[in-house]
Amino acid sequence: MKLKLHVWRQNGPNDKGRMEVYDAPDVSPDQSFLEMLDDVNLVLARQGKDVIAFDHDCREGICGMCSQVINGVPHGGQERTTVCQLHMREFKDGDEIFIEPWKARAFPVIKDLVVDRGGLEKIMQAGGYTSCHTGGVADGNALPIGKDIADYSMDAAECIGCGACVAACPNSSAMLYTSAKVAQLAVLPQGKVEAHRRVMAMTEAATEHGFGNCSNHYECQASCPKGIDVKFIAKLNREYMKALIP
Amino acid sequence: MQLTQSSVGRKIIMAVTGIVLVAFVCVHLLGNSSLFFGADAINAYAQKLHSLGPFVWVFRLVMLAAFAIHIVFGIQLTLENRAATPEANVQVKRLRTGFGAETMIISGLVLLAFVVYHLLHFTVRVTNPEIYVPLGSSGMVDVYVMMVKGFQSVLPVIIYLVGMAFLFLHVSHGFQSLFQTLGLSNDKSLPVMGTTSKLVGFVLLVGYISIPLLIVAGLFKI
Ligand code: HEM
Ligand code: SF4
Ligand code: FES
Repeated sequence: MKLKLHVWRQNGPNDKGRMEVYDAPDVSPDQSFLEMLDDVNLVLARQGKDVIAFDHDCREGICGMCSQVINGVPHGGQERTTVCQLHMREFKDGDEIFIEPWKARAFPVIKDLVVDRGGLEKIMQAGGYTSCHTGGVADGNALPIGKDIADYSMDAAECIGCGACVAACPNSSAMLYTSAKVAQLAVLPQGKVEAHRRVMAMTEAATEHGFGNCSNHYECQASCPKGIDVKFIAKLNREYMKALIP
Repeated sequence: MQLTQSSVGRKIIMAVTGIVLVAFVCVHLLGNSSLFFGADAINAYAQKLHSLGPFVWVFRLVMLAAFAIHIVFGIQLTLENRAATPEANVQVKRLRTGFGAETMIISGLVLLAFVVYHLLHFTVRVTNPEIYVPLGSSGMVDVYVMMVKGFQSVLPVIIYLVGMAFLFLHVSHGFQSLFQTLGLSNDKSLPVMGTTSKLVGFVLLVGYISIPLLIVAGLFKI
């Protein structure tokens, strides 16, 4: 099929940036979205033109690198799907597709569709860990943890840190990401010890690194490729209130 | 101070002051509906409130504080959120949020303007001198006459209709939002609360606008 792409081009954080139009003349429905872009770039490279810069790594939906707003929705709006797992069969011949980077003050554009998502790392560094020596692999059920709790923690731990929640949020808030990290540890014995300090430090780091405040729009959950639930934000709020009480 | 400076702390303050405001608009509507029981009922209700003496002032101060705090933090948080989002994408498609949620600051500021007008109209009583007539020799204003005459002209009626439309918008997002902010929701309750929130907003809307509309319809005679 034949597609027309409107792609955001920007030469670094201080460039103003603009949309440019490219043709994708021969797209197979079996291609992934990134493979389609690879083909467009191949043509650009052969013509000696500047290729479209975009982030990617695993291309199997687990690393969280691919970060594109497609037709106004981070990751393109297919439920629980990253850009790399989005396939061209979702589009039809003659479609015009708008491809843009994550937009947030906390995510400066490095080039074209590549943004610096280091702010998420700063939130993680502020408290997304437990300060204990884990030693070797523990015996199976040495530390009994109920299945419901293990499941709850695993659901939160599904977050791959892609930042779509920030890009989707009208306030550029990182609350869904932060809440997933807080919740995943807060329910486990290893994480409970530092739960108070963690929720304070991580929410503070989010503000410090330029992310907005949560207004409960729930846009984050709608575009999260891992379906992280906003119930974890309610959990974060509970953890925060517990931490306020000395 | 964590509570007054942090992101989550200030949201909690928004939610708690939001509860005070929502509770007020509900109780206020119940009080106003004594109009439906006639002139004596609404005047007796007004008299009862005034007879509370100093408590009236304690109550007013609490309301004023909640309102002021809600407004100050509401504006502050909104400004920070705008600053965090420099320029939108060329294409923006929202999947889940709604008009009410995206216009909280606008509906909030309209409500502020409405409350100022409402207080001048019915509490300080300066906008329409012809509607404030004494109730017998009690030294009080006849609240029944004030309400009925107050909605004889077009402007106040329109202002109240518009004000209440914005109350609907604000509460239809705000009510469920405060439960989430206070950590009182989960994946099962959230969709239910979303519907409940719109319902609460709708009941407030219908309840409040029924008063001017029924007066305009000529249901209440002086
Ligand atoms: C009758 C008057 C009002 C009622 C009943 C009311 C109620 C509420 C409620 C319940 C919330 C949700 C709190 C939460 O998310 O936890 C809220 C949020 C909000 N209110 Fe009001 N409010 C009123 C007046 C105002 C006024 C006058 C303003 C003016 C600035 C305002 C601005 C806001 C804003 C901006 C938010 C969203 C805050 C955020 O999402 O971060 N409100 N309101
Ligand atoms: S919560 Fe979802 S959208 Fe946000 S960073 Fe994690 S995986 Fe991405
Ligand atoms: S490239 Fe790894 S998740 Fe898309």
